[in-house]
Amino acid sequence: MSNPKFKYAPISVFLFPFYNLACGILLCTDGDDSLYPIAVLIDELRNEDVQLRLNSIKKLSTIALALGVERTRTELLPFLTDTIYDEDEVLLALAEQLGNFTMLVGGPEYVHCLLPPLESLATVEETVVRDKAVESLRKISQEHSPVDLEVHFEPLVKRLASGDWFTSRTSACGLFSVCYPRVSSTVKAEIRQHFRTLCSDDTPMVRRAAASKLGEFAKVLELDYVKSDIISLFTALASDEQDSVRLLAVEACVSIATLLPQEDLETLVMPTLRQAAEDKSWRVRYMVADKFSELQKAVGPEITKNDLVPAFQNLLKDCEAEVRAAAANKVKEFCENLPEDSRETIIMTHILPCVKELVSDTNQHVKSALASVIMGLSTILGKDNTVEHLLPLFLAQLKDECPEVRLNIISNLDCVNEVIGIRQLSQSLLPAIVELAEDAKWRVRLAIIEYMPLLAGQLGVEFFDEKLNTLCMAWLIDHVYAIREAATCNLMKLVEKFGAEWAQNTIVPKVLGMANDPNYLHRMTTLFCINSLSEACGQEITTKQMLPVVLKMSNDQVANVRFNVAKSLQKIGPVLDSSALQTEVKPVLEKLATDTDMDVKYFAQEAISGEFSSINVLTE
Amino acid sequence: METTKLPPTSPSSPTTGFSVPSAEKVDGFPRRSMRRARQRRSHSSSQFRYQSSQVELTPLPLLKDAPVAELHDLFCKKLQQCCVLFDFLDCVADLKGKEIKRAALNELVESVATSRGVLIEPLYPEAIKMISVNIFRTLPPSENPEFDPEEDEPTLEASWPHLQLVYEFFLRFLESPDFQPSMAKRYVDQKFVLQLLELFDSEDPREREYLKTILHRVYGKLLGLRAYIRKQINNIFLRFIYETEHFNGVAELLEILGSIINGFALPLKSEHKQFLVRVLIPLHTAKSLSIFHAQLAYCVVQFMEKDATVTEYVRHTFSVVKGCKSPVMFLGEIEEILDVIEPSQFIRVQEPLFKQISACISSPHFQVAERALYFWNNEYILSLIEENCQVILPLVFATLYRVSKEHWNQTIVSLIYNVLKTFMEMNSKLFDDLTASYKVEKQKEMKRERERTELWRGLEEQQERRLQTLGEASRNQKNLQERGESAQPSSPQTALPEHPDLDLSGAPSTT
Repeated sequence: MSNPKFKYAPISVFLFPFYNLACGILLCTDGDDSLYPIAVLIDELRNEDVQLRLNSIKKLSTIALALGVERTRTELLPFLTDTIYDEDEVLLALAEQLGNFTMLVGGPEYVHCLLPPLESLATVEETVVRDKAVESLRKISQEHSPVDLEVHFEPLVKRLASGDWFTSRTSACGLFSVCYPRVSSTVKAEIRQHFRTLCSDDTPMVRRAAASKLGEFAKVLELDYVKSDIISLFTALASDEQDSVRLLAVEACVSIATLLPQEDLETLVMPTLRQAAEDKSWRVRYMVADKFSELQKAVGPEITKNDLVPAFQNLLKDCEAEVRAAAANKVKEFCENLPEDSRETIIMTHILPCVKELVSDTNQHVKSALASVIMGLSTILGKDNTVEHLLPLFLAQLKDECPEVRLNIISNLDCVNEVIGIRQLSQSLLPAIVELAEDAKWRVRLAIIEYMPLLAGQLGVEFFDEKLNTLCMAWLIDHVYAIREAATCNLMKLVEKFGAEWAQNTIVPKVLGMANDPNYLHRMTTLFCINSLSEACGQEITTKQMLPVVLKMSNDQVANVRFNVAKSLQKIGPVLDSSALQTEVKPVLEKLATDTDMDVKYFAQEAISGEFSSINVLTE
Repeated sequence: METTKLPPTSPSSPTTGFSVPSAEKVDGFPRRSMRRARQRRSHSSSQFRYQSSQVELTPLPLLKDAPVAELHDLFCKKLQQCCVLFDFLDCVADLKGKEIKRAALNELVESVATSRGVLIEPLYPEAIKMISVNIFRTLPPSENPEFDPEEDEPTLEASWPHLQLVYEFFLRFLESPDFQPSMAKRYVDQKFVLQLLELFDSEDPREREYLKTILHRVYGKLLGLRAYIRKQINNIFLRFIYETEHFNGVAELLEILGSIINGFALPLKSEHKQFLVRVLIPLHTAKSLSIFHAQLAYCVVQFMEKDATVTEYVRHTFSVVKGCKSPVMFLGEIEEILDVIEPSQFIRVQEPLFKQISACISSPHFQVAERALYFWNNEYILSLIEENCQVILPLVFATLYRVSKEHWNQTIVSLIYNVLKTFMEMNSKLFDDLTASYKVEKQKEMKRERERTELWRGLEEQQERRLQTLGEASRNQKNLQERGESAQPSSPQTALPEHPDLDLSGAPSTT
């Protein structure tokens, strides 16, 4: 009678677009609630078994729908509000559900009914639950009319903000910014006062929450209040006694600086930012480094030139590796966003010397962070500078003792390729690639394989055949399966790049040769290669060269090889023509279907039913 | 340093014939030993930010040779000398300076510990300054981001040769008979204590050990700081539980608290009860519970011994701690608590307690079940059970009966038989009644289960029906609109976007 899709999709998906209409219908179909007395439904929510309780809560919308909007408001919600004492997982599900409940209580007009249970959830100890409750509250705040917002929502925020235990106060911090824009100026003044109080709360948890919402709150405030209120709060939080609070102020700094007119930045923001960049705690300095591009955009080119350049130099030379790595990650973005008129000079005289030092840093994370962005500098500096200044650094990093550094260089070759062409590097590139290809860590080998198609494209077919082909073949017999698998996939991509003819001459013979290998795993690799190559190589090569080998392998003494033959035949079927299928493939599969091994039989039958059912349709 | 590179397997020619060494035959591929001995991590240190101009230290005369008149002056100079910090990562840098400072520190320790009358008022700010400069620093990022205190070697503090002496000096200073709390409190203030508490996150266990003793002394001697210290420890714990799940010094702080709780006055203040319920009990849910469980259990038991009525609060344990990551540890703590519980208090907690215990007994993990069943070996607990057999037996009977038939582990099965036998001896009448009603109960349960499924099926069908009505209604409305008639003037047209999934009724009902 109905579309099965309905069963599984969340109700809100369907209901949301039909707000007004749906309310009307729900109201008028309230009649059959006699079927489900609330007690029965509530029993479901009280089941002793947590898992069952959780399932019921997750389907709370179904229950609410069965009750109708009025009884949901008058009976279900009070019950939920009174019984909030449960496993965190159940509470989390409840907090999430209630965010989508507006419709089920009768639409925006009644949305404030959802506030009491969410208020209790917002005071729970477990952070995840609390955050979800706040998220839901923020969501439904948008559905409140301006009047309801002042009558119902804002008092709730105030109650939370002046709660005894830190949990409610932390939750309040996230709610100010959603109601501020839509309330009267007296209420606005109260909200600002509450936020101020929380910024100097005596528990660090609350101050952290306030600091993390400072930027968001600043955005909804009128500019005058940003200058008068926010700046003093920002300054206070940025010099908090705990570094966990100070570092959050750095984030707020970005939003605040964006809001203020350029002429005020120097006096209002910069003293604090300078202080943060030299904070005695590395966590704060790390945060500055991590947010450097955002800060740079927010303060504009002049301050960048005068203040941020020296600050960035210091961060690149910081005594903690964590900070240096975070700063190194930003080198390219920072340089890119420098004002054009002085970009080159700044990079050459201030940034590059630091970068040069980082190339031989003692910490590998710093070096690999640098290696992941350093190539990007070549587009900014142009050909001559790249050859003269950057190339030696690339080459040094290509020889770095840490594989990750080399890998990061290789993975970004395309940037250099555009500027100076890859030939400049190829002499150093090759040994680096070879070494990575044979690295003891298989994850490193895997990573380099993934760059092979890219490298092949940039180095050209000749270079590839000469230097890299052997590597690609060697991976096929790596002792780690993931490498062999990646190697087959790599071959496919190479064939897509260089064409079927190239495949026929260079790859296919070697792959097929492995079919006679004494090691059955190597023989299987042949099959895996055929699986992925057949399509790229086309019908002729597949039928003439690959198929005979596959068919021959159906007599292999190892069952694993035989059932992979069945799988391969199914896989390459679509590439073959129907006569080959009927005359060659079918008999072999039929023979395999009578194999003594259970698995071989199974896969052979699978292949027969998969392939020939579709073929028959075609031939008919 | 060169990365160890192993010879590549010969790629072109897999071993001819079948002469693969037998040890490698498992998958036919030559195995390479990939495991390298774990590299010993170098002992890095918090990196002090140096004073830009490094002062050259010159040795001062020995304290013991100084004439009494000049003693304090010299003491003060030595304290100032010890404010100079050295780079310990470079172990050969400025060896002479390091040695001078070490000797000076040794002398200071010795002098504070042995001679009387050294600690006069002007020395307090100098001493506290020297201590602050040396010990307060932002702890460095952990060498190992996934540092597991149970498995990994901690990173040790490189400047320990000096740092230890500074801590030693601080400790002797606090313990000196000349120590005057009224003078010290001007310098050892809230800010100082807060920084001291932050150091408890140090990875170096030696440093935490010193800090523990020192904080304990500070708590003991500077009464004005007590409430503040407790509050800040609360904050550290709450942050640990709900925000970071990382703090190296939890065990040490709990140890201090254990003795603090011991000294609480009766009746317990609500602040302390709140601490038990909102901090100590939630600590049980931490992932790294095993590291500080002993200290935590001690604190909880201390509370119990202080004031038996806190059982009411410990009751929370049984529900809150359901989320506990290691039930075996939790059960151990429950047993410790039960050992000191008053029979009258026991009655108040027995219901939630035995529900929890029966849940543990039915755990498929035999260690958990076993630990729970061991409760019946504890004589005091057994006597409590016997007294309340009427209540407890019905709570656990069904579980015991079921698990005795189903559990995979023979030890558990035989332990359960013993427990059942004990119960039979305690109250054979009740036991027989329960056995008789077991089947009936079981059937009732199955019936309830069927009803539940039925209920949900009904609910979901109803939901579908309503959605369908909705879908049709929206179609009707759309049709109407297409004809240019406004069906419901109240609903704006934009509220009705076409929803692909709602195309369900096949033929739209026409007007």
